[in-house]
Formats: sequence, structure tokens, C-alpha cells
Amino acid sequence: MSKLTLKTEADTHLVVTRHFAAPPEVVFRAHTDPKLVQQWLLGPEGWSMPVCINEARPGGKIRYEWRHPTQGAFHLTGEYVELVAFSKIVHVERMFLPDPTPDNHVETRFEPDGAGTKMTTRMTLPDTKTRAAMLATGMEHGMEASYVRLDSMIDNLIPSAASR
Amino acid sequence: MSLDTSFAALADPTRRAILARLALGEATVMELAKPFHMTQPAISQHLKVLEQAGLVLQRVEGAKRPRRLAKAGLDAMDQWLAMLRNALEKNYERLDGVLAAMQSQDKKRN
Repeated sequence: MSKLTLKTEADTHLVVTRHFAAPPEVVFRAHTDPKLVQQWLLGPEGWSMPVCINEARPGGKIRYEWRHPTQGAFHLTGEYVELVAFSKIVHVERMFLPDPTPDNHVETRFEPDGAGTKMTTRMTLPDTKTRAAMLATGMEHGMEASYVRLDSMIDNLIPSAASR
Repeated sequence: MSLDTSFAALADPTRRAILARLALGEATVMELAKPFHMTQPAISQHLKVLEQAGLVLQRVEGAKRPRRLAKAGLDAMDQWLAMLRNALEKNYERLDGVLAAMQSQDKKRN
């Protein structure tokens, strides 16, 4: 079962786990090849990733830029600290919303799990101010999408409403 | 509090921004009006909608009535976690597809 788990650890960290139906080597490649990262690291629906720079070596540069047709754009930069093929990636990143957030220290581990992989990511929990800034960017889109869905649900239930 | 009331309350970008500001701590109408360059009556109107939706509460402090996020409404941390969970779920669903494509390509080569 590919179920995402998300837990807070004390008030300082977040731990995310997810199982994938591919061996650790394949999952590791999908995280470190920029052409592959650009296909999946897109966030909520509607966003594209015009820039995906990912230099997978210690000290290597990360730069990701996202764009939405109506919600604008934002980016993040980062650096790799450590890579152990195919089991561990340690990197630092910060988002620009548009001001830079504090650095987020991320440690991602890939363990064999049957024929697949168990991925565990541990990251710095953003502070209250950063969470509010992220919400101001993300919530817009999230609530718009929900409201549009509600509208279309109403249109489907009440045929006369659709002719408004 | 019905789902419709919540959606209606959150459909307005100014009200969403007010909630984001209140996530940092309580504030009076005067304090809220400043960054939005809106009049106090305009902000009060938005706050009324948010209060009716059960998302904002007020207390009395002398002549002031500071507003805060209602715990039973949208807790800021829960909101943020829900947003992150949604983004991560979408990412990893796409990654499932990318991994499947990679593996079938690898099979074709070998």
C-alpha cells in the first residue's frame, strides 16, 4: 500500500515516509537526475517546473522554479551536503516566497522493502512565520481548486443552476 | 458550521490573508487594516464573515476587541500540514508513474 505518513517530531522536525514499487537504486536516480525530478516534483495540480537544476554531488547546486498560470511563481535554492548511493541524500534548501525562508535541513533515506523501497525523509519543521507565508501562497490555490470543484458539483446536481 | 459557509468565507483572498496574519498571533481591527490599506469598517465586514463561519474568535480588552484563529475552526498547523500532505501526495503519485516508466525502459534495454 503506497500510503504517505506525515508526522511532526517534537516541535522541530517533520518525518515523511512512503513506499515505492521500485528498488532503491531506481528511486535514488529519480531524486538525483534533474530531467526525472522535473517530471514529478510539481506540488499541487496546475503548477509547472520551468527550471530544474540538480547537481548531485557534495556541494552541488539545487535550483527549482515553479510557475502557475494564475497563482504566480516561486523558487527554491539549495546545496547537497552528502550523497550515499543508493541509500542516503542530505541537502539544505530554502524557498523564496519571495523572501528567503530559514534553511531547511533534509535527510532522505532509501531502504529496500521487499521488492520495493521505503523512503524516509526527515526535515526541519518551518517556524510559525514561514508556515503562514507558505499558506498564503499555497492556500490560495488549494481553496480556489476546492471552490471550483464545489461549483461544478452544484452544477451537476441542479441542471437549472448550470444555465446561470 | 457547514462546508458551504467555510468555503464562502475562504473564497475571498483578503479573508485568506487575514487568516494567515492571525496565524502569527491575535490582532485588532486597527492592526489588521494597516498592511491591507483597507478601512477598518471593510476589515470588520470580512471579520464578521469569518466569525460567522466559526474560523475567528474575539475577546474584550478594554476598548479593544482582539481577534484570533478559532481552535475548533482552522488550526494553523493543521492547515499547513494538510497543504503539505496534498502537495506530497501529488508529487509521489507522479513519482510512482515516473518509476514505472523507468523500470519498463530498463527492461526494454536489458
